[in-house]
Amino acid sequence: MTTSKAENGRNLKEAIIEGLIWFSGISAILIIALIFIFLLKEGAPAFVNVPISSLLGRRWYPIEDLFGLLPLLIGSLLVTVGAVVIAVPLGLITAVYLGEFAPTWQRELLKPLIEVLAGIPSIVLGFLGWVVLAPLVQNMGASTGLTAFTGALILAYMSLPTIISITEDALYAVPNEYRDGALAIGATQWQTIWRVVLPAARSGIVIAVMLGIGRAIGETMAVMMVTGNAANIPSWRTGLFFQPVRTMTATIAAEMGEVAQGSVHYSVLFGIGIVLFLITFAINSLATRFVSGGDGRATRRRAQL
Amino acid sequence: MKKRYLGNQKQHRFSLFLFLLLLVLTACGNAASGSESANDTDTAVSPSASKAIQNKGSDTLVNIALAWAEAYREVDPSVSIAVTGGGSGTGIAALINGTVDIANASRAMKDSEIEEARANGIEPVEHVVAIDALAVILHPDNPVSQLTIPQLADIYTGRITNWKDVGGNDAPIVLLSRETNSGTHVYFLEEVVRRGEKDNEDIFAPQTLLMPSSVGITSELRRNPNAIGYDGLGYVDPAHEKVLAIAADADSPYVLPTVATASAEEYPLARNLYMYTAGEPQGAVAEYLTWILGPAGQEIVAKLGFVPLP
Repeated sequence: MTTSKAENGRNLKEAIIEGLIWFSGISAILIIALIFIFLLKEGAPAFVNVPISSLLGRRWYPIEDLFGLLPLLIGSLLVTVGAVVIAVPLGLITAVYLGEFAPTWQRELLKPLIEVLAGIPSIVLGFLGWVVLAPLVQNMGASTGLTAFTGALILAYMSLPTIISITEDALYAVPNEYRDGALAIGATQWQTIWRVVLPAARSGIVIAVMLGIGRAIGETMAVMMVTGNAANIPSWRTGLFFQPVRTMTATIAAEMGEVAQGSVHYSVLFGIGIVLFLITFAINSLATRFVSGGDGRATRRRAQL
Repeated sequence: MKKRYLGNQKQHRFSLFLFLLLLVLTACGNAASGSESANDTDTAVSPSASKAIQNKGSDTLVNIALAWAEAYREVDPSVSIAVTGGGSGTGIAALINGTVDIANASRAMKDSEIEEARANGIEPVEHVVAIDALAVILHPDNPVSQLTIPQLADIYTGRITNWKDVGGNDAPIVLLSRETNSGTHVYFLEEVVRRGEKDNEDIFAPQTLLMPSSVGITSELRRNPNAIGYDGLGYVDPAHEKVLAIAADADSPYVLPTVATASAEEYPLARNLYMYTAGEPQGAVAEYLTWILGPAGQEIVAKLGFVPLP
């Protein structure tokens, strides 16, 4: 009798705990769904009330009802691509050094320091960019220091810790037997890293790069301070990256305070939010696809260790 | 060996997380207790403190509004006035959404905004509280010292892109402007870019840098010899920026913006600064506005480098 009572109690406890775990699991999905519904509700009128030809226009000047998203899309694209081109090679090389070459004491010192970098508030980096980087870029010959390139530099710096940290974890997860095997058949250390370790850690590296891109495309304050916020479509002729641009995120941040709720401008700003959401969603799905294309879940788990 | 390292690292991360969490918690605690003690001092000064006025809007007006609010504490300690900036559009939107008592604006409300307010059951009432001269400013090294409004219009629409076309060096012109939520931006659009013509639909050139604040304009201007910008007279420091003399057209005299030329209506870019209330002001808000328009309020306007009402 007593044993079955204890068993009942245990079953109840089990059920409650399972329920809690189920709830926490489901809550993330629920919250994302609610956010998306809210975005749709507020932003959908933009795609109904403003003709598509106007949304694809070349001018963004909302107080005159010019809602061309093209300059904002190009602005975000330029800044993000610039940041990725700078941060990915630098991040991967740093991670390879930390994971494969650095002595243990260096690694244990450097890795926490790099992770602390990720915690610097973006407004502080934006301020640094405004005070230090912008004059440097201006001295390089740009007509103003507030350009897409300045924004890309700041964003690269912001996404570096993510890329380095996750890549290093992925490299760490590669079993030592792989390295031993490669070295034993006469490969140099460089050949081992390039042909064996990096391919084995591929899925983790892809995640690192995608999270870095995600960080770059969603960043607002720092970008707003250093890109000049001109809704401008830069031309090749005058130096694509050395002109002021306006990103989607900065536009939402700068203009959300001025709009009357329910106006066309308000819904267009939420429309930009939907576009941003879809872009990050696409990047994430692409990453998941890329990763599960290899040996799937197993590597991903290992990479996340 | 490797396993140990991983364990340490996880522990390290956890402690870092705890540390950050603590930091956030203490920050919140401080902020909360800080605001509480601020309230305490408020009530200590005036046991009957009950009237709060929310005042928001124009960045051009924000310094005057702050000085008024501060001086008014001595006049009537029972009224506490919270002043925030953000731009005229921000203040007017807040008035339409019913979240402020007084909206500051460096431009008149548009018809569309008045309609939106009425749709929300709010009847905006306009009060002219001061006059501002809009100064056009350059880097001190720029040899240009005077421009006409048609020339400024050509510059800001991108029809003129090189300083040599208006008598300066052979260098590209970098355009600086406030964000579109700024009343100064809208005033400049109507009076300079469109030269005050009603049917003119010109807008700023796309390469115009939109700065989030007046300070953003002046600090970029101080380091960029090719930049041109504009700001309220009260924000201009002639020691670091060159103020242009402006002529209404090629046949008119060039006039420098000063308190004297603005109140004599000789300077072509002088404008009214406004406060808007929802309906005719009542009680504390009405008393506050009467005080602002009186000699004590207008003396503060002059002290901050703006132009008092005649």
